Amino acid sequence: MATAVQVRHQARLFDKAGDRIARLATLIFAALIVLAAVLIVHVLWVDSSPARHALGWRFLTSSEWDPVTEKFGGLPFIYGTVVTSVLALLISVPLGVGSAIFLSELAPPRLSGTLTFLVELLAAIPSVIYGLLAIFTLVPLMRIDVEPFLRSTLGFLPLFQGLAYGVGMLTAGVILAVMTFPFIISVSRESLLAVPREQREAALALGATKWEMTWDVVVPYARLGILGSIFLGLARALGETMAVTMVIGNSAAIHASLFAPGHTIAAVIANEFTEATGDVYRGVLIELGLVLFCLTIILNGAARLMIIATTGKGARR
Amino acid sequence: MNRLLRRKLINGVMLTLTGVFTALTVSSLFVILGYLLYSGGTSLDWNFFTKLPLAPGELGGGMANAIVGSAEIVGMAAIFGLPVGFMAGIYLSEYDDRAFAPIVRYVADLLNGVPSIVIGIVAWTLVVVPLRQFSAFAGAIALSIMLIPIVTRQTEQFLREVPNSLREAALALGAHKWKVIATVVVPAGSKGVLTGMILGVARVAGETAPLLFTAFNNQFWNTGLDHPTASLPVQIYMRATSPYDDWHRQAWAAGLVLIGLVLVANISARFVLSRGASVPRG
Amino acid sequence: MELANTMIKKLLTMGAVLAAGASVAAAQMITAAGATFPMPIYQKWFQDYNKAHPSVQINYGGGGSGAGIAQLTAGTVDFGASDMPMKDADIRKMRVKPLHFPTVMGAVVLTYNIPGVSAELKFSPDVIADIFLGKIKKWNDPRLARDNPGVKLPGEEIIPVHRSDGSGTTFVFTDYLSKVSPEWKSRVGADTKVAWPVEGLNGSGNPGVAGFVRQTPNSIGYVELIYAIQSKLPFGLVKNSAGTWVKASLEGVTEAAAGAAKAMPDDFRVSITNAPGKNSYPISSFTWLLIPSHFSDSAKGKAITEFLKWMLTAGQKETSALAYAPLPAAVVAKEQAQIALIK
Repeated sequence: MATAVQVRHQARLFDKAGDRIARLATLIFAALIVLAAVLIVHVLWVDSSPARHALGWRFLTSSEWDPVTEKFGGLPFIYGTVVTSVLALLISVPLGVGSAIFLSELAPPRLSGTLTFLVELLAAIPSVIYGLLAIFTLVPLMRIDVEPFLRSTLGFLPLFQGLAYGVGMLTAGVILAVMTFPFIISVSRESLLAVPREQREAALALGATKWEMTWDVVVPYARLGILGSIFLGLARALGETMAVTMVIGNSAAIHASLFAPGHTIAAVIANEFTEATGDVYRGVLIELGLVLFCLTIILNGAARLMIIATTGKGARR
Repeated sequence: MNRLLRRKLINGVMLTLTGVFTALTVSSLFVILGYLLYSGGTSLDWNFFTKLPLAPGELGGGMANAIVGSAEIVGMAAIFGLPVGFMAGIYLSEYDDRAFAPIVRYVADLLNGVPSIVIGIVAWTLVVVPLRQFSAFAGAIALSIMLIPIVTRQTEQFLREVPNSLREAALALGAHKWKVIATVVVPAGSKGVLTGMILGVARVAGETAPLLFTAFNNQFWNTGLDHPTASLPVQIYMRATSPYDDWHRQAWAAGLVLIGLVLVANISARFVLSRGASVPRG
Repeated sequence: MELANTMIKKLLTMGAVLAAGASVAAAQMITAAGATFPMPIYQKWFQDYNKAHPSVQINYGGGGSGAGIAQLTAGTVDFGASDMPMKDADIRKMRVKPLHFPTVMGAVVLTYNIPGVSAELKFSPDVIADIFLGKIKKWNDPRLARDNPGVKLPGEEIIPVHRSDGSGTTFVFTDYLSKVSPEWKSRVGADTKVAWPVEGLNGSGNPGVAGFVRQTPNSIGYVELIYAIQSKLPFGLVKNSAGTWVKASLEGVTEAAAGAAKAMPDDFRVSITNAPGKNSYPISSFTWLLIPSHFSDSAKGKAITEFLKWMLTAGQKETSALAYAPLPAAVVAKEQAQIALIK
C-alpha cells in the first residue's frame, strides 16, 4: 500500500486543525443544500403574498381565469394537473409494475440488468424531446385513430365524448405515462429484488405457482416500495412542464371530456409567467407554483420514506 | 374447470403479460430513438452547427449560438454546482453525524424532486430581477440548484462503496481523517463520483423550463454571460411549436444532438463503472 | 445591493470576454421582448442593423405583447413591443413613462386548415363573430355556404385556435369583432386576453397559433398575414365596411390607415380596425415599439435612438418584402419629432 506509506509520512506535517477545517468545510457545503431549500420556500412564500393578501386561498376553488379583468381562479389548473397525472398513472402503473415483476422474477439477472438500464435511459431523455416527439407523432395518432376509436367504443361515458382535437388532456396523460414508468419500473424492481429468498421458497414449497408466489407473497412484501415508486412517478408527472405544455392545448377551462384541451399548473406558469403584469397576477402564478411545490414535496417525502423502509436504500446506518 | 389447470392457466397468462409489458416499455426507448435518429439524421447539416438562426419563416440558418449558449450555461452550472455537491456528498458519507446528515440527505432528495419550473421562478426572482437582465448567469444558477442534490447523493453513494477497511488501514497508520478522505477515500471512489457528475450534468443540460425566464433566448451570439442567451432546449421548444417546416427540421436536428449528448453520457457512465454495478439514480 | 449588482455584472462581463475570446464583442447589447405580430420584420431589422452597425446587437425575444409590457414594467428588457397601445393604468405602473413608436402596419388574417378545400374562403363580419362565439359550429353551415358558393365545405366541426399568451394580435382581432358585432362587444370585449366563448386550442405566439392550425384539420385561427404566407396556409377574404370582399394585402392595410395617418394623435395610440375605404382591409393595425422616455445608461439610449432613426428610413424599405405596410410619410415625420423626447 504505497498510499498508506505516503499518508503516514505526510500526516506529521499537519496538525489536528486540518480535521476540523475539513469537517467544517464539508458541513458548510452540506448546509448550503438546506439553505437552498429554505430559500426556495422563502421566495415562493414572499412573492406569492400579494396574491394571498388579495385573494386568500379561496382562489384555489374558483374556476374563472381571466387575468385581464383580474379574475384568478386556480381550479382549472389544479384539475388539469390532477387529471393528467392520474391518467398517466392508470397507464404506467400496470405497465411499470408488470415490467418490474418480469425483470425481478422471470428475467435472468444479466438480461434484467440490461433491460433495466435501457428503461432508465428513458428517464434521461429531456422533457422537451418528449414534447417534440409528441407533437409530430402522438398528437396525429390520437386525433386520427385513438380518440375516434375510444369515442365509438366508450363514447357513452362523458370522458370520451366531443371533438377529437389530438391536442388535449388524454394526449398529455399518455406522454406523462411514458415519462413516469421508468421510475416505477426501476424502483419497484429494486423493492421486489429486496424480498428475502426464504419468502419465495416457502410459498413454492406450499405448492404455489410462480405467479401465485409473486402476486400473493413477493408483491405484498414489497408493497411499500412499489407504492413509493408510484408516488415518485406521480410527483414527476405533477411537476412535468415542457412535454405537457406542448401538447395540452393551454385552455383554462374544466371539461369532462379527456379529449378536450386543458391546462396544468406547470404549463400555465411556463406560458404566462413572463407576461404577468402586476404583483397579484404574478403572485397568483407563484402561489400556484407553491401549491405544486408542496404537493411534490409531500409525495416525494412519503415516497422516500416508503422506499427506505423496503429496500433500506437512501438512509444507511 | 379443473382447479389446478385454472391456476396453471392464470400463471401462464399473467407471466406472459408481464413479459409483454416489459417488451412494450423497453421497446418504447427504441421507437423514440429510432424516430429521432431518422428525423434528426435527415435534418442535420453543416449549417446547423455553424450558422446563426434566421428570422421566422426564412429558410436556412442554424443553431450555432444555441450550441455555444447551452455549453456556457451548463458549464457555468457545473462550476457552481459540482463543488457544492461533491463537498456535501463527502460530508454525508464521511462525517455522518446522525443529527444533521439525515436532514441534509432528506432535503437533497426532496430538492431533487422540485419541479424545474418552480426553480425557474426562484432564479427569476433572485437573479433576473435584481440584475434587471435575463442572463446566461441566471440560467446557470437555476440549473446548478438542480445539479447540486444529484451530485451530492451520487458522491455519497459512491464514497460509501469504498471499503471501510481502506479507511481503517490509513487511520491505523496515524493519518488524520481529512488526509484519509483526500488521499484514500476520494481517489478510491473517484471513478464513481466522476460518473455521477457526468450523469448530473447530462440531466440538467436537457432542462428547458428553468431557462424560459432566466436565460431567455437570443438570436445572436451571446457576447456576455450577463445577457440573454440561446440554448438548445429552448430552441427546440420554440421551433417545434412554430408553423415552419424548416424550423421543424431544425428542431429535430437539435433534438438529435441533445439526445446524442445525453446518451453518450449515460452509456459511457455505464461502461466507466465496473461491469455488473448498476448506475445509481439521483 | 446596487454596488453588489454592478460588481456581479462587471465580473460576468469579464468572464464572458475571456470565455468568448474568438467572437467579436458588441459594444452595445440591447434586449427587447413583446409582440410576435411584427416579429419576422423586427428580427430581420435587428439582423440587418447589426450587419450595418456591428457594435449594436438588439435581441428580440418575442413572447407576446403582454410579455413585452410586463417585462418592460419589471425592467428586465430595454424596450418592449406591442400591437395594442398601452392602457393608462399600465402606463401608471411604470417608473419611466414609455413612448409609443409605430413601426409598421400589418393585417390579421383568418387562416384555416380544411382537408380538401384549397379555395380562398370568404368571411363576412357576422360569420366571423359567430364562429368565434360558437354559434356557427360546422364548416358546412348555411351562412358560410351562402358566402362561398361553389366551395364544397365538409360537415366537420370547426376547431378555433386562439392565443394562450397575452397578445396584441388578439386585441386587434377582438377589437375588430367588437366593432362589427354588438353581441361580441357586450359578451366578450376587446383585450390582449379574453374569455373565449367557445372551446378551442391555444397556441403561444403567432407561430404557435399557425403551428396548431397547420397541425389540426378543420381548425381556424387568426395570425398576422406573414405567418400565413410563410407557413403556406390559406387565408380568407373579409368583407369590409364598404361591403367589398378584401384579401389582406399591403395596399388594403395602407388604405385602412389613411384616415389615421391624417389625424394621428400625439401619443400615437390609435386603432384602425374596420376603417372606412372601398378597398381597406378591416382587420389592420399599427404595431408599436414601447421605448422608455429616459435611459439611465445614456450610451444605450443613444444606440436605441439611432436604431429608431434607421428604422424610420432605411428600415421602412424592407417591410414590403415581408408583407407589412410601410408607415405613411406623415406618421414618419411625427415620429422623428418624438425621438427628441428620449432622454
